[in-house]
Amino acid sequence: MAKTTITEPGQGGLIPPPRLVHPPLWQYLLGFALFAFFLVSLEGSGLARLTFADVLAIPSKILYVLNQMFPPSLERLGAVSQAMLQTLEMALIGNLLGIPIGLALAILSARNLTPHPLVYAISRLIVTFLRTTPSIVWAIFLIVAVGLGPRAGTVTLVLATIGFCGRFFAEAMEEVDPGPREALAAMGASTTGGIICAVIPAAMPNFINTALFNLEYTTRSSAVLGIVGAGGIGIELMVSIKTFHYDEAATIIFMVFVVVMGVEQLCASIRRRVMQEG
Amino acid sequence: MNSGAVVTFDRAAGESLPVRVASPSRVLAESTDINITGLCKTFDGQRQVLRDIHFSIPRGQAVALIGHNGSGKSTLLRCCLRLVQPCSGAVSLLGSDITTLGARQLRGMRAKVGFVFQRHNLVARLSALTNVLHGVQARKKGPRTWFHSIAPQKDREEAMAQLHSVGLANLAERRVDGLSGGESQRVAIARALMQRPKIVMADEPVASLDPLAGDEVMGLFLHRIKDEGLTLLFVSHNLDHALRYADRIIGLRDGRVELDTPSKTENLATLRELYG
Amino acid sequence: MGLVVFTAHALHGTELSSLSLMDIAAIPANILRLIGEMLPPGQVELARIVPAILETLQMALVGTVLGVLVSLPLGILAAKSLSPNRLLYFSARGVVSFCRTVPDLVWAIFFVIIVGLGPLAGMLTLLVDTIGFAGRFFAEAFEEVDSGPREAFSAIGASGGGTFFSAILPAAAPSCINTSMYCLERAVQSSVILGLVGAGGIGMLLEEPMVWHNYPEATTVVLTIFAMLVVVEQLSGRIRYHILAN
Repeated sequence: MAKTTITEPGQGGLIPPPRLVHPPLWQYLLGFALFAFFLVSLEGSGLARLTFADVLAIPSKILYVLNQMFPPSLERLGAVSQAMLQTLEMALIGNLLGIPIGLALAILSARNLTPHPLVYAISRLIVTFLRTTPSIVWAIFLIVAVGLGPRAGTVTLVLATIGFCGRFFAEAMEEVDPGPREALAAMGASTTGGIICAVIPAAMPNFINTALFNLEYTTRSSAVLGIVGAGGIGIELMVSIKTFHYDEAATIIFMVFVVVMGVEQLCASIRRRVMQEG
Repeated sequence: MNSGAVVTFDRAAGESLPVRVASPSRVLAESTDINITGLCKTFDGQRQVLRDIHFSIPRGQAVALIGHNGSGKSTLLRCCLRLVQPCSGAVSLLGSDITTLGARQLRGMRAKVGFVFQRHNLVARLSALTNVLHGVQARKKGPRTWFHSIAPQKDREEAMAQLHSVGLANLAERRVDGLSGGESQRVAIARALMQRPKIVMADEPVASLDPLAGDEVMGLFLHRIKDEGLTLLFVSHNLDHALRYADRIIGLRDGRVELDTPSKTENLATLRELYG
Repeated sequence: MGLVVFTAHALHGTELSSLSLMDIAAIPANILRLIGEMLPPGQVELARIVPAILETLQMALVGTVLGVLVSLPLGILAAKSLSPNRLLYFSARGVVSFCRTVPDLVWAIFFVIIVGLGPLAGMLTLLVDTIGFAGRFFAEAFEEVDSGPREAFSAIGASGGGTFFSAILPAAAPSCINTSMYCLERAVQSSVILGLVGAGGIGMLLEEPMVWHNYPEATTVVLTIFAMLVVVEQLSGRIRYHILAN
């Protein structure tokens, strides 16, 4: 350890470092371009076109809608509850079917586990395509393939689950410490054995976390799939809004809020328990 | 205030020690920087950690609090700044009782006390200079105390001087998560001194360092304290450090003051038997 | 046990159990027919698609930036360790949860009613979306910050603002940047569907071919969306990497 020289504070010759370390020119330009694009976007997104009168009119419009929404109508509570149950069921089945497929694709698309670079590239592309295409778009196509109704919605959620879990499961398995797997390989275990006995157990807490997030996420999206006719509560919502029955819509929105909150709370408590054990 | 055996003992101790008093003309009551009377702390309503602590420390004295694990020394130190709320008793710093202060006044009082933690408690992602500069928040507010790049030149120079005084001027721009344990603790000392404190408290400041670095940091720390003529109260579990760097040693056992003696004591053997 | 029963009921409820062999046999044919109809991708004039992409990106950018700016104070109020009092804590939590749990299409319909058709309604939807998402994760990031530096700042006697900006925000910054970039990706992704209810963006181009079953044109739009999303994901990954590396 180097011995330090001790000097009195306030001695001369101590110049603080420069206030700003200048980044390279291209970063300045990039930052400037981004900022300019943001300013243009303010205009493009219609915000800059709002006049003062428009802004003044907003509260009264909100009040109008709220006034129409209250008191929420309980007339079709039975049918709405049925639809809500279907929504939850779609989400559950979508997860149960999607998670195993997602896991299989994740193993193929994890850099350290994939059998072949080509398989890696293809499965990665599939996962990306499934994840980035919005579920509503899937739903629209699937309605043609399997017909109107909750089946189309369920399959949509299966695809969404594969896309989500496929990516994050793969990331979790790539982060796993390679030691135990090498140990198993040294003992002569097969590749499959190594993955099942070493990689998956180590990534399990991460898997559960991802799966729970996916459950929250799919529950939220299954509530809107009905808008295009893919089953669940969305159709009820769409109809009541299109026919200006805002009081009915209020009931549905409130119900969705309660159910989604409930699922989130459930997931949070499971997550806490898993994290404590792991 | 000047009744009771402990206080009398303190004065006796104070006279026999090479205490540096900042301004000798001041009256005694004013030059008592820390005065603790009847301090008690109970956790969870049952575990009594501190029982009826009394002592006072005159200006410029360096006092070591020693004791075994669980003797309550860290809690005592935290009670002195109300980082832990004491249950009863009074702690007066620089003449005002902090147990009765409101939130704003308490902040003002804490500002006058530099505190060095066992783990440096620096903000990991910021530079050493910015971390030292944060000490200026003891007397200033606002964005110009947050980062060195936007701080007033005067404060930047002062922070730089503080860094220099702990021998780290050349690392000013380095992020503190890249510094060694000893360097980090020196940055923390510089931050505490940046507050321009009257009193400095330290909770086992070198316990997490290896012995060599610990000696070096401790020596530097005491040098800076004596330089500025500050009052120091530090917790240590290392009796050698206490003997070497403190003017006076207070020993705790089971939440009570068991021993209060000048560090130039004759009965070293007893001390070693008790705390070595 | 209850889960098993619910699952069994769910298989029935989602009409999967009533799939006959005939139905299953028909699926591949249906898919093939659909793919046949979708290919080759139809032509959509560049003059329509480029402005739509631009509008989508602009809605997403403005919505995310404004949403993040609103989420920061909300995140402080919704973090247990920073919230000034319990009332503010619970109301902030409630606002954030409400923004998140109400589906974005519902928000979009609501804003279309309030401000009319067009990108403004979409932008406001994405703003609310971002608040729901970023508000939650900012609060979590603030709560997870190491308590040591905070204690140091209270020992210095620093003000609440000073403690937040000097100790908490720098420590939570990587996580916050990550969340914000992810919000941007999400916003681009969901801005795609907002067009379906008339709230602007590239989804508007999707509605028409869907209604008229013009699948080749729909395919083109979907592929464009896919390409746009991949580019945005890559870009945001790069930016994230660059910012976090420093």
